[in-house]
Amino acid sequence: MNLSRRGLLTGAGVGAGGLLLSACDGLAHSDGITSVVKSAEGATRRWQRLVSDRNALAREFTTADMSPIFKANGSKDPQDPDYLGHVDSKFANWQLKVDGLVNNPMSLSLADLRAMPARTQITRHDCVEGWSAIGQWTGPQLGPILKAAGLRTNARYVIFHCADNYGGEVSKGGEQSMSQYYESVDLIDAFHPQTILAHSMNGSPLTVAHGAPIRMRIERQLGYKQAKYVMRIEAVDSFTGFSGGHGGYWEDRGYEWYAGI
Amino acid sequence: MASLADDALPVAAPLEAPPRAPEDFYRHAVVTRTTHWINVLCMVFLIGTGLNIFNAHPALYWGQYGADDDDAKRWLEIGSADAPDGQAYGFVRIGSLTVKTTGVLGISKGASGQPAAIGYPSWATFPSYRDLATARNWHFFFAWLFILNGLLYLLWGAFSGHLKNDLLPKLKELSPANIGHDIWTHIQLKFPKGEDSKRYHILQKLSYAGTALVLLPVMVLTGLTMSPGVNAAWPWLAELFGGRPSARSIHWITANLTMLFIIVHVLMVVLAGPINEIRSMITGRFRITPETGK
Repeated sequence: MNLSRRGLLTGAGVGAGGLLLSACDGLAHSDGITSVVKSAEGATRRWQRLVSDRNALAREFTTADMSPIFKANGSKDPQDPDYLGHVDSKFANWQLKVDGLVNNPMSLSLADLRAMPARTQITRHDCVEGWSAIGQWTGPQLGPILKAAGLRTNARYVIFHCADNYGGEVSKGGEQSMSQYYESVDLIDAFHPQTILAHSMNGSPLTVAHGAPIRMRIERQLGYKQAKYVMRIEAVDSFTGFSGGHGGYWEDRGYEWYAGI
Repeated sequence: MASLADDALPVAAPLEAPPRAPEDFYRHAVVTRTTHWINVLCMVFLIGTGLNIFNAHPALYWGQYGADDDDAKRWLEIGSADAPDGQAYGFVRIGSLTVKTTGVLGISKGASGQPAAIGYPSWATFPSYRDLATARNWHFFFAWLFILNGLLYLLWGAFSGHLKNDLLPKLKELSPANIGHDIWTHIQLKFPKGEDSKRYHILQKLSYAGTALVLLPVMVLTGLTMSPGVNAAWPWLAELFGGRPSARSIHWITANLTMLFIIVHVLMVVLAGPINEIRSMITGRFRITPETGK
C-alpha cells in the first residue's frame, strides 16, 4: 500500500517534472520568444560600443604569461582536396582573395602577406565554451589591406570565407549539419588595430590545427570569430543573403553574431 | 516622572485585556514586491541556463588562462571516466579529491532518457538538452533584466531608506550575544511574533544584505569579466578578479552561494508560515499574530 502510493507519487512527480521540462524546452523552440530573447544581443553590442573606445585594445600579455599548450579547437584537419593540395605544397600557390565591394580586388600570396608590416600581439583567446588560452600572434593588420583594396562606401561588413567544411555540435537537441565555415565582422572591428591576419603563432608559422596559412584575430570577440583557413575576404553591404544568413557558421546555429560577450 | 509612574502601574492581567484582533501590517513596498518577483523569474532562467553553459566546459581554473591541458590551473572538474571493470562513472574532482557522483553529476539520465556523460543533469538545465547557443541567448536576456531590475531595487532602496532601515544591521545588532541569540531562536524554529515580527533580525539582515549588496553584484561583475568586449573596455575588471578563468570560478562559487541562499530562504518561508509570508510579498500585507501571554 505504502509502496504503491510512493510509486504513484514518484510517478506523478516524474510526470510533472517531465511536463515542466518539455514545457521549458518548448519556450526555447518558440520563434516569437526566441526573437524577444535574442534582442539582448543588440542591447549588449550597443552598450559595449557605448562604454568602449572604438580602438580600445584587448589586454596584451608577456611571453611569461603564455599557455604552455594552446588548445586547438573546432576544425583541426580540413579535408577539402584543394586545401590538402595547398598543405602539400606548403601554401606556395595559395592566394588570398580580397574582393566584393572594393575598387581594386586583390590576390595576395602567403609571401606577400609575410612581407607586409606585421603586428605581434600576445592575447587571451576566449572560447565560447568557457576556456581561455594565451598565445602570440603575428601578421599584417586587416585595415591597411582593406584600404589598399579601396573599400567602397556602401561596404558595411567583411566576410571571411574559410576552407573548412565543418560539422559542429548537434543543434537544438537534434540535427547535426555540415557547412562551409565563415565569419563576418563590421568595419569597426575590421579596422581595429589588433585585427590581424595571423600567419604566425608563438613565433612559428601557423600549423594546420591552428588555421594555416592564416587565421583572423579579432581580439575583442570570442574564439569562434577567429576564423581559420581564411581563403577569401569579401566586403559586403549585408550578410543576410549568404549561407544561413546570420553572418557566420556558429551564428547560423544560434550563437550571437556580436561575440563580445 | 511619568515613566516611573507608568512603570509603577500594575500590569493588567492578560485575561482581563480585550482580545486583540490580528493586525495587518504593511510590510513590503510595491517596489520590493515587484522587483522580488521579477528577480525570481530571472533567477530560474539564469541558474538553468548557467548550468547548461557550464556543461560546455565543466571545469574551473584559477589564473589568466585555463584549458584542457592546464592541469596546474584546474581546481574543479565534473566529468566521467571508466572504472577498471569497464563501468562508466561520474565524478566531481576538487583539487586532489575525487567524489563519485554517478546519476547526478558527470553521468546522469539525459534528455533522451538514456544515461549521458554530462556535467549537470538534464533536469537542472535550460534547455534540458545540451545547447550552448540557446542557453547563452537566454542567459544574457535575463542578465539584462536582472541588472536593470536590481539597479531599480538598489537605487530605490538607497533613496527610500529601505536598505538602511530594513536591511543593513545596526552596530549593536552585530554583538555576539545578539547573533548568538538569533542563532538559538532559529535552531528552536521560534519565529518572531507580534511587534517583533515587524522587523528583520540579524541573521535575516545579514543574509538579505549579503545577497543583495555583495553576492549578486559580484555575480554581475564576474559575469562581465568573462566578456572579451568588456575586458577591452574595462581592463581593471579582469585585474580585480585575477583573470577571466578566475572570474569564471568566482561566478560559479557565487552562483552556488546564491542557490544556497534560495534554498534556505524558501525553507524559512515554509517554516515561518508560507501563506502569510507569500501573501505579504504579493499584497504587501503581513498578518501579525498577537502575542499570547508574555
